[in-house]
Amino acid sequence: MAPPRNRRPGFSRKAQLQIFTGYLLAFTGAFAGLLLLALSHFDPAAFSAVRSVAAELGAPPARLFTGMRVGVQDGWREVAAYFNAGSKNAELQREVERNRIRLIEARALKQENRELRRLLGLIKQEGRPVATARLINSSASSSRRFATLDVGSRQGVQRGQPVRAQRGLIGRVLETGPNTSRVLLLSDAENVVPVRRARDGIVAFSQGRGDGRVDIKLIDIGINPFKVGDVMVTSGNGGIYPPNVPVAIIEKLTGDGAIGKLLANPAGTDFVIVQEMYEPELVDPEASGLPPANAEAAAPLSAPRKSEPAKKPATRAPASTAPAAAPAPAASAPQAPPTGQAQP
Amino acid sequence: MNAPYRARLNREPSAFRKAAVPIASVLIGSMTPLLPIVASAPVLPPFGLVVLICWQLLRPGIWPVWAGVPFGMFDDIMSGQPVGSAVLLWSIILIALDLIEQRYIWRNYWQDWFIAALCLIFGLAGGLAINNFLVSDTRLSVLYPQMILAIFTYPLVLRLVARLDHIRLKR
Repeated sequence: MAPPRNRRPGFSRKAQLQIFTGYLLAFTGAFAGLLLLALSHFDPAAFSAVRSVAAELGAPPARLFTGMRVGVQDGWREVAAYFNAGSKNAELQREVERNRIRLIEARALKQENRELRRLLGLIKQEGRPVATARLINSSASSSRRFATLDVGSRQGVQRGQPVRAQRGLIGRVLETGPNTSRVLLLSDAENVVPVRRARDGIVAFSQGRGDGRVDIKLIDIGINPFKVGDVMVTSGNGGIYPPNVPVAIIEKLTGDGAIGKLLANPAGTDFVIVQEMYEPELVDPEASGLPPANAEAAAPLSAPRKSEPAKKPATRAPASTAPAAAPAPAASAPQAPPTGQAQP
Repeated sequence: MNAPYRARLNREPSAFRKAAVPIASVLIGSMTPLLPIVASAPVLPPFGLVVLICWQLLRPGIWPVWAGVPFGMFDDIMSGQPVGSAVLLWSIILIALDLIEQRYIWRNYWQDWFIAALCLIFGLAGGLAINNFLVSDTRLSVLYPQMILAIFTYPLVLRLVARLDHIRLKR
């Protein structure tokens, strides 16, 4: 059947108007969607209150289900451990022997490190743990990568704090509610972390790809030094993330860096730790003769300092041009006497 | 007590149930991100959108054309998308479905599935495009597993929606 030529539902004026109003509202709604997008672009925190209410309401069942999921996983692991128990036991014992020696060495190194640091005057700032919690759900159907943590501002969690698991970095806190908070996972495209290669400290940064992996991009473009299997750890540059937290293991090389697999899989972790925001450790300002960090940061803000560098070149310019300009008066001197002589 | 004397003819389904079942099913579909799944890639199909498309294809005209706005708003709050993306995309999808309904009246199952697949691909790719426009770029290839999963979820959800429709109109 061909569609009717005119779409009028009949002679009822009301029915006709209703259809028209429906379309009008639909198009207006689509346009309102565009406006809302613009709003959330210019003010990303605009809807955080509504989102946190939704997260708070959804948290209790999610907590329960997460507990059940973890319980089932643990139970299965315990059952699976019974297979090959004997050979595994022997192997583990050998490993324990090996590790015991390494542990003693590591302890000695740690002590040495502490003493060297004290000699250098470095102030060690460990990211103290703020809270330990579980990731209860995530934006599993969106192309952004967020997860919900079941602690919030009431437990002392603040915006920007790094979140890590036992095996490595997870992400950082983006929004906090009273008892839940939203975490920007490492694999989100917006999450950029300064990293270095654990072996030799080649600096790079990692950016999420959205699919559970990260792009490791070199800062110093040149010959690609990465090899498959290299481990990247945070460098601590720029604050937020404490240094030496494992981030990714390199899986594939690309033209300008590599693709890394995350070491801490958010799906596989039981508990995560929220740490205090890391502030880069400072060398004692007086000892090194450097200006204190505060003064340097304030420089572009204070007006008199701003005018000072502008004046400096101005005062220096005549001084520097003086030797060059010196021959000029000398050269003009022979020309000057005739006018000088003519004047008296 | 009342049951033996209830009228056996001319019984009407409860008006509340008739209206509430479809709305509740879409909202529950939108609430899937609350499930305790911590995924490091987009894997879960957008159940809210799938349920919405199923209702619209199964019972055309069940909702006014502007229904995408409130449903989209709710979905945006639940999913991690920037607020407004589903409002825009779902409105466009519902308008498109309405036009398709007017132009192609008799369709078979496979054609419906094809239309739903196009709508789902548009919805997912549009969400990614909005994200890329607002923040930074993610490749489209990240979405392929989710798209395939969503397209093959459609028949299952359609079954479920048809069952819900029975409950809705039960007398």
